[in-house]
Amino acid sequence: MRRHDAIKTVANCFKEGYIIGCNGLISRELFDLGDSARNFYVLGSMGLPTAIGLGLSLARPDKRIVVITGDGNQLMSLGTLATIGKVSPKNFVEVVLDNECYETTGGQETSSSSTNFSDLARISGFRYSAYVDSLDRLSSELARSLKTKGPILIHAKIDKDRTCPTRTEINPRKVKERFMKAVAAN
Amino acid sequence: MLSGIIDCLSQNRNFLYVPATREDEALGIAVGAYMGGKKPAVLMQNSGLGNSIDALTSLVLLYEFPILLIISWRGYDENDFIEHSLMGKYMQNFLETMKIPMIVLSKTELSKQIADAGRKMRELKTTVALVLRKGVVE
Repeated sequence: MRRHDAIKTVANCFKEGYIIGCNGLISRELFDLGDSARNFYVLGSMGLPTAIGLGLSLARPDKRIVVITGDGNQLMSLGTLATIGKVSPKNFVEVVLDNECYETTGGQETSSSSTNFSDLARISGFRYSAYVDSLDRLSSELARSLKTKGPILIHAKIDKDRTCPTRTEINPRKVKERFMKAVAAN
Repeated sequence: MLSGIIDCLSQNRNFLYVPATREDEALGIAVGAYMGGKKPAVLMQNSGLGNSIDALTSLVLLYEFPILLIISWRGYDENDFIEHSLMGKYMQNFLETMKIPMIVLSKTELSKQIADAGRKMRELKTTVALVLRKGVVE
């Protein structure tokens, strides 16, 4: 499964939702696939996209929130899985795209080859979690997540892929302002 | 120093209290809550300021999120544990370097100082740090 296709599948599935994209290639790819006011691109603060999604889920339980993050990013903040399990937002979905490396900085190895994010989520108190390694399985788990109470985590194994989308050149303050407008509008 | 405030917040249904695992995680949660229309505050010891530098510089300050920080001043004087002594000395400099306005709370001016912090956050669209020494609040 390619990163590009996985992100496209998530974005298509969550057209009615709000997407938090993690720093690095994932946000760049999300931007390239079609910029939207419903996307919040996290440019820095590695490890925090999941926490940002959690805060938004708690503030707006009427909205569907999806965080797209990477294995290296999630490994930096495994504790956040415990916080999510504890406060248990029903509208929270997280997709961990796992290529077992820090692709953005040159493909250095992470420790995720021996980490089962789906199991970690389950024992941290998530209501549902799944492991997928194909686009078809990802699609069906995403479709299921629209009908299932969260918190949900989908661990998706993806290929290493050096193709580098262009950097998201949007002013951070503007990204915030239009995202907040989009959240408040509907 | 913060335990009384935390007890109060976690027992009052008008507030949503989230126990985070780390201070930077708390800042991430606060940013998300702010974008959802809430007015978040993050409580931490000043030791947690060290954990929060990247979250502050590359998220809170970069995107201009007006988040209220309530920081207890461990290591304010020599009557605290030695592990707090250096951050006790450096905290003000860290905040000043990041251009985060800092208000050291005093018992007699508490409500005026908190109102000032609110005004600063609204007007300057910036994060503000309320700094709490021992004995200022119960």
